[in-house]
Formats: sequence, structure tokens, C-alpha cells
Amino acid sequence: MIVNMEQSAPTVAPKRKPVPRHWGEWVIENLIQLAGVSTLIIIGLIFAFLLREGLPAFFEISPATLLGVRWYPIEEMYGLLPLLAGSFIVTIGAVVIALPLGLTTAIYLGEVAPRWQRELLKPLIEMLAGIPSIVLGFLGWVVLAPLIQKAGAPTGLTAFTGSLILAYMSLPTIISISEDALYAVPKEYRDGALAIGATKWQTIWRVVVPAARSGIVIAIMLGIGRAIGETMAVMMVTGNAANIPALGIGMFFQPVRTMTATIAAEMGEVAKGSLHYSTLFAIGIVLFLITFSINSIAGRLVGSQGSRRSGGQL
Amino acid sequence: MTRQNMNKLMIGMVSLVATIVVIPIVLVIIYVVYNGIGAINWEFLTAAPRNGMREGGIMPALLGTVFLTFGTAIVSFPLAIAAAIYLAEYAGDNMLTRWVRLAIVNLAGIPSIVYGLFGLGAFVLFWNLGTSIIAGSLTLGVLTLPVVISTAEEAILSVPQSFRTVSLSLGASRWQTIRHQVLPHAMPGIITGIILGLGRAAGETAPILFTVAAFYLPELPKSIFDQTMALPYHLYVISTQVPDMPLSNQYGTALVLLMIVFSMTLVATVIRTNMRRRREW
Repeated sequence: MIVNMEQSAPTVAPKRKPVPRHWGEWVIENLIQLAGVSTLIIIGLIFAFLLREGLPAFFEISPATLLGVRWYPIEEMYGLLPLLAGSFIVTIGAVVIALPLGLTTAIYLGEVAPRWQRELLKPLIEMLAGIPSIVLGFLGWVVLAPLIQKAGAPTGLTAFTGSLILAYMSLPTIISISEDALYAVPKEYRDGALAIGATKWQTIWRVVVPAARSGIVIAIMLGIGRAIGETMAVMMVTGNAANIPALGIGMFFQPVRTMTATIAAEMGEVAKGSLHYSTLFAIGIVLFLITFSINSIAGRLVGSQGSRRSGGQL
Repeated sequence: MTRQNMNKLMIGMVSLVATIVVIPIVLVIIYVVYNGIGAINWEFLTAAPRNGMREGGIMPALLGTVFLTFGTAIVSFPLAIAAAIYLAEYAGDNMLTRWVRLAIVNLAGIPSIVYGLFGLGAFVLFWNLGTSIIAGSLTLGVLTLPVVISTAEEAILSVPQSFRTVSLSLGASRWQTIRHQVLPHAMPGIITGIILGLGRAAGETAPILFTVAAFYLPELPKSIFDQTMALPYHLYVISTQVPDMPLSNQYGTALVLLMIVFSMTLVATVIRTNMRRRREW
């Protein structure tokens, strides 16, 4: 498809007139090329607009304030640490819950389940991916949070509640990417292990899963990326208290406030161009940079994996 | 424990965990349907909210979501198809193409709230469109690009190479080949991608928070430069911002939203399955 027919056609059939190239065609092909690079332009624009609105925050607020432990915009305290801590606590909780569940489900789908179950389960998991986050947030708010409170927590709106919902939301990502990774492991590995007398489980656990390691790492990274950027569900169930909890298991059972929820909750009330306004954009810059690096590294890993296993599914 | 027993135990555990993962998906859907179905009637779907949104229906929000979905389609459809044609038919194996692909992966990973910030900074303020349907549609359109481009590219690539070779050998130009031989065969796949993208856009809340969504607006928008209510934001508002909101109303709204999103996914799946069955190569 790289050959240009307008140039090569006459040499093949010299007597025929070359296809008359309509001017409209020239326009269309150039528009297509422009659309092709539009994604690059758009991602550049997104970053540019975040910088345009958010950079003033970095210039006008002292680094000491930005790295402070209090987020209290009314008194001009713009410490981002509690929000970062909130996002990380909720995300870590989500990944710790979702990874074992997602990997195990992927193992089941890829290595254990008979065909008919796979065909039944995969659309179900796709359905989960399709449920809008606001609906899961709503259920977290009216069903899950009261349950957690009944279980003995002082409030149902905790980091853990958010982690549970987020874990569920990132499961489809983790399952489908881990499954691809398992699928890409050559069949010979399994045959070899079974032939020397390993049981099915030993084959899976000692051969297939280690061989799919890098794909599983990608699954974890994209799961983190998915979880850290989620907004509505997290805003509804984590209680939105901007504080840095003490390290330890207890931090998961306190209300926290994430970066995403802060933007969503406060942007509607700030004056355009105010310091508070640009600080919210600054949080957007931080989020953009975090997800951009996660996806770039994961994208690169996917690329290297594809070239190593030619014909692999990734 | 012998390793045979260990094998049985672990395989059993794996099956159990997979079941534990899947059951709540079914439960969530059944739960929303069970609690929401009672609220849904003709008035709920066709009346504006009354009495501080505690009574009446969801019509303005429902229609707002329909408008936004159409707007998103208009923004996203031409650009995404063109970009997919570029990637599948024109792009060489070079640095630029790799950058474009990296950009698509990254666009897909940007948090939806960041799209909301972009829409606010770019469309609402910089281009002065205000909080409006057009600003919201542009924001959602950009958000759906990566999904639609990837699916459309896959659909174009799945058209056999021989179709192109024959067309080109008969003297058609490259664009004529794409227009008359490739695109018609790829169209069902492309439409699947668009519907999937729109399904996602219809359920999104964060990107429309500051670009279009109105808290309470019983009248319908008069032009694309007006604000509108939207179903996902309405669900957020009535479940967290309105005290003494009847639960059935909240579940009803959640159910309608879920139905819209699922029916779009279903339509996309049906088109895809039909296409696979009818394909003759």
C-alpha cells in the first residue's frame, strides 16, 4: 500500500491514460493525513491548556506551601500532599484487591475454563467495563458505605470503600491484559512442563505465570492508571476529608480526599483565574503527568514484548 | 499434601475466585433493575423534575444526554475515521507513526476529569463557547477518539489485502480504492467502534461537570450554545446533593442510564456478530 499508483501505473500499462487525479482527491488525502496526526496535536493541546491555566499556581504559591500538609483553600493553604496521599492510598488499596482477583480470573479464563464458560464470562466482564462510574459510585454510596459502617467502621465513607469500588472498576482492564499476556506464552512451554510430569497447577504457577510476567506488570500499571484517574465513584464514597492519615493499616479505613475528587468538587465554585482555580489545574497537570508516564512506559513494554514474541497476541 | 491434591485444590480455588469476581456483576445489574423498575413509567420519562427534583421525571436530563451523544458523534466520527484510515492505509513504519500511536495510547489513559479541565480551559473559556452543549460535545468527542480510532483501524485492517490489490490493478487511485472497496467492507466494524465510544461518552460525568451540565434546568436547551441537564450528572445531583430524595427516583435514574449504555453496547455487539457471520472471505 505504500506504492503510489499514480506514478507506477503508467509504467505498467504505458498506453493507458493515468487515472485523472481529481483535485478533490488531493484535498481528501491531505485532510486524512492531518487527521492522522491530530491525536498528537490534541494531546499537545491538552497539556498546553493545563499549563496555561495551571502554571500560575506553581509561580505564585511557594513550594513550601504546595508541599504542605494542609489543603484549605479558603485560608490560602494549598498543600497538595494530603490529596496525593489520598489518591495513592485509594489506588494502592484498589490494586491490592484487584490484582489477585484479576490475575486469578485471567488464569481461569485462559487456562482452566471450558470454552462455553469463557464465551459466557467474557461478555459479562465487558459489561462490567461498560457500567458508568457514576452508577457504581451511586451503589457504593447507597449500598456499600452503609454496609461498611454496619461492619463497625465509624463512617462508611472511607478510602477502603473507594478502593473496593475502584478495584471492581479496574478488574476488566487487569483481566483482559493479563489474559492476553497468558495467551502469548507459547504452547510448547505448557506441553514441556506437562510432559515432564508437572500437574496442571504446577504448570500454570511455575511456568505460564512467570513467563507472562512482563504482561502482568503492564496489567498492574494500566490498572493503577485507571484507578488513579477515576473521579465520580471515588468522590462519592471516600468521604472527601483532606488529611494525611498515619501510616499503617488504619489509613485505609479513614475518609480521604483524592486529587480527582478535589478538582471535581471545587472547580464549580471557584472564580475563574483565581489562585484556587489555577491550583486545581495544577492538580490536573500532576494527574496528567502521572498517567502519561504510566501509559508511556506500559506502551513501550507492550511494544518490546510484541517484538520479542513474534506472533504474540499483545 | 500430594501434588495431585494440591493441583485439585488450587484449580478449585481459581474457579471459586473467578465465580466470586463474576457474581457481583450480575448482582449489581439485577439490584439496579429490581429497585429501579418500579419508578419507571411514562411520566418519569417525559416530565420535567418538580418540587426540587423530588417529584416528576427526568426528561430534560434524558434528552440532554441524547443531544450530547449526537454532538459527540458529530465531533468524533469524521476525525476518528480519517485518523483510522491514515493509520491503516497511509502511515509508514516511521517515527511519526510511532508517536501517533503513543499519543492514542496516552489519550486513552488520560483521566476523564482532566478532559473536563481541558474542555473548560479550551472550549468554554479560550474559544468562548461558554458552558454549552457544543463545548460538552467537543470535550466528549475528544475523549472518545482513542476508542473509535482503534476499533475503526482494526476494522479497516481486517479487509483483505487482495481487495486493494485488485482495485489498484484495475487502475483505481488509492483514494478510490479506499472509498469504494475498503470503507464499505469496513463500515460495520467502524460503526461498532463509534457506538462503543458513544456508549462510554453517554455515561461519563467528570468531563461534562464544567463544560455543559446544568444542576437543574427544567426547560430544554434552545440552541447548541445553551447548557443542558445530563443523566449521569443528574444521578450524581439527586443522590448526593438533594436531601430527602426518594430512593426509587434515584434507582430509576440509574436504571435508565444503565439501559442506555447497555443497549448501545448490545447494538454494537449485534452489528459485529452479524458482520462476522455475513463475511465471505
